[in-house]
Amino acid sequence: MQVFLLRRTFGFLLTIVAISVIVFLVMNVLPGDPAVTILGIDSTEDARAALRASLGLDRPMWLRYFDWVWGAVRGDFGTSYFFRVPVSELIVERLPLTLSLAAFGTLATVLLGITLGVIAAANHGKIGDWAIMLLSQLGIAVPAFWLSILLVLLFAVKLRWLPPGGFPGWDEPWLALKSLILPTTALALVQSAVLARVTRSSALEVMRLDFVRTARATGMTRGRILRRHILPNALVPIVTIVGMQVAGVVTGTIVIENVFYLPGLGRLVFQSISNRDLFTVQALVVLFAAIVVTANFLVDIAYVLIDPRLKGRLA
Amino acid sequence: MTKFRSTLLTALVSSVAFATPLMASSTLRIGLQQEPTVLDPTIDATASISGMLAHNLYESLTTVDESGAVLPNLASSWTISEDGLTYTFTLVEGATFHDGTTFDAEDVKFSFDRAMAEDSVNPTKKIFEPIESVTVIDPKTVEMKLTRKDAYFLFNIAQGAASIVAPESTADDATKPVGTGPFAFDSWTRGDRLVLKKFDAYRDAADVKLDQVEYRFIADPAAATAALMAEELDAFPGFPAPELLDQFEADPRFKVVVGSTEGEVIMALNNSKPPFDNIAARRGVSYAIDREEIIEGAMYGRAVPIGSFYPPHGPAYVDLTGMYPHDTAKAKELFAEAGLEGGEVTLRVPPFPYATRSAEIVQAEMAKAGVTVKVENVEWGFWIGEVYKKKNYDMTIIAHTSPHDLSNFARGPKYFYGFQSDEYDALYNAIKTEADEAKRHELEKQAQVFIAENAIHAFLFQLPRLGIYRNGVDGFWKSAPVLFQPLAGVTVE
Repeated sequence: MQVFLLRRTFGFLLTIVAISVIVFLVMNVLPGDPAVTILGIDSTEDARAALRASLGLDRPMWLRYFDWVWGAVRGDFGTSYFFRVPVSELIVERLPLTLSLAAFGTLATVLLGITLGVIAAANHGKIGDWAIMLLSQLGIAVPAFWLSILLVLLFAVKLRWLPPGGFPGWDEPWLALKSLILPTTALALVQSAVLARVTRSSALEVMRLDFVRTARATGMTRGRILRRHILPNALVPIVTIVGMQVAGVVTGTIVIENVFYLPGLGRLVFQSISNRDLFTVQALVVLFAAIVVTANFLVDIAYVLIDPRLKGRLA
Repeated sequence: MTKFRSTLLTALVSSVAFATPLMASSTLRIGLQQEPTVLDPTIDATASISGMLAHNLYESLTTVDESGAVLPNLASSWTISEDGLTYTFTLVEGATFHDGTTFDAEDVKFSFDRAMAEDSVNPTKKIFEPIESVTVIDPKTVEMKLTRKDAYFLFNIAQGAASIVAPESTADDATKPVGTGPFAFDSWTRGDRLVLKKFDAYRDAADVKLDQVEYRFIADPAAATAALMAEELDAFPGFPAPELLDQFEADPRFKVVVGSTEGEVIMALNNSKPPFDNIAARRGVSYAIDREEIIEGAMYGRAVPIGSFYPPHGPAYVDLTGMYPHDTAKAKELFAEAGLEGGEVTLRVPPFPYATRSAEIVQAEMAKAGVTVKVENVEWGFWIGEVYKKKNYDMTIIAHTSPHDLSNFARGPKYFYGFQSDEYDALYNAIKTEADEAKRHELEKQAQVFIAENAIHAFLFQLPRLGIYRNGVDGFWKSAPVLFQPLAGVTVE
């Protein structure tokens, strides 16, 4: 287990370093000039030169990269060119929103996806199965932003039950929860459609196996067989998909935060890239990568918990 | 138990106390498409910074009204010397900064010196370029000496980039702004909202009707529509989507006001290289395009066509839209003369709806005149890097939103127009030094004709200001001669 952890940690660090180099190179190769973006196309050349100097943009690229690494090691991720505050401050003020959204989104996806998938499998070939498969096909086909607009039109504009967007902050927990309902739903409906299909087919596969027939022969109820025998054995592919979906949910927040005008990290990464706000992009991409890598790591751990046979491989 | 009771009571009382002023006070919730990056208009050109803060939180020596006429502000009056080179400003009585420090001539000198300094990052540094020196005569009098006459000087120093800041607080203005205006900073959640509250010590506090102003940042037009429809907003003065106006006009809860801005939307042609270094090719483009069709398709009819580089609501406007009437045959002829017939040009389009939509129509119109247009939609950073800085383009579509920007054509061959003309440079020099208004307008007319005759670009339409207001909201400008919108005179029921 220790070797496994060590190997994974090393892999994690390597991934992060590779990503930071790639982001830095790409951001520098892309055409653009933060000084013109900040001061506008009617600004004078000497004002831009003064700004470039004050932002450190006039220094060679490799020097800026090593400065950034040296700072990052000590916990200083640089200063945003555009907001003129430390990148860490930008991330800290936006992290609670994006993490809540991603956590709720994942939770809703898992609950909805697995429940629907199991119901479909249990009613294989019947009307319930058909209905759920039809709905999930629809869910996969519908883009998240379009679904979001429909949800807003119905629940915020027509019925006025929920706010159309914005986030009041966690200081007002009830309002905050209310404002996250629609974004979470939009995020989860699309993702859970995929999960429901995978759960269904995985459960159906297990149902055909001999030990299920044996269990049935012992006179167990259908529900008990489903819970005790089918589901645990069907979980490996489900967990794999959930792991991949965490990445989907995290990146999905970029779209969702734009539609619901939520001041989260997704919006920030979107703006920072078009603004060429190097250090902000750098920190955010590394952060997103860390979240995805961590999710994959947790999935690996989950495999071991689900399937005792895998324990030996870790040593 | 007693303790519990009293806590409960306090909570009750405070919640009542909290609710009452909210009911009685007037809060205006304004939607804005572009969020600010910092809260200091003297270090960043982002239009929403000046848009929200100039003449609301900050003030300048002068201000302008809806027609663009200059009015006194922090300077209550001024005199100009015979030669037009010395301005003596008398400062207003009773102005204080929001942090309690008094406003005097030293603050004016500090603000101007800071903007003029060599390491200044002021986004419109060129408006300070004619100033030679700023001298404090006494705490209420400032003298400014210019190196040359500047007809736009008093107009220019009204802008957000010329806001008067205090030396004590300016370092933190980016996040905690301090000015002398009718509204003071309350709170800012980046990407979400900015809240200003009425400054009770304001010298004309009785004239300020609003107690609180809340700006909400909503970039997506569909989301902005939903927020207005759900009555989360009272006003959206710069609504981004002309195609969605119909539904607001049909809704009795709202009023829709279509005005003008200072933004000329042009299809810029790269004058520095073939094919558009040839005037025949440029004129061909002007004949090939049909402005009415472009306005109908790209702006849903909500814009006014332009024939040169000057806003139709301006005092010196001449209508030159008839100089090149839409004429495909004539365009073909000119393209043949320029050797462009059957050729291909690239149209690089920045990510603004007015530009991307216009591009498609231009493409179809040019095809009819026998020229293939390759439309490339590029993102803003790419546009700045490749089109603006490297002049790596044939055609592009862009709005120039600064007031008095006839100067663009005198910026020399390095500017992305790739245009230079001694005749125009002399003409513009005459404009900017002409103090007599009538004579200056005459020269500005000549400049418009020069620009149109040389077909330096194809001129499309004036960017409209689309305002959506909830009934009961009054006092917003219909048209915007500047980036800011003073809110002191705005009322909400």
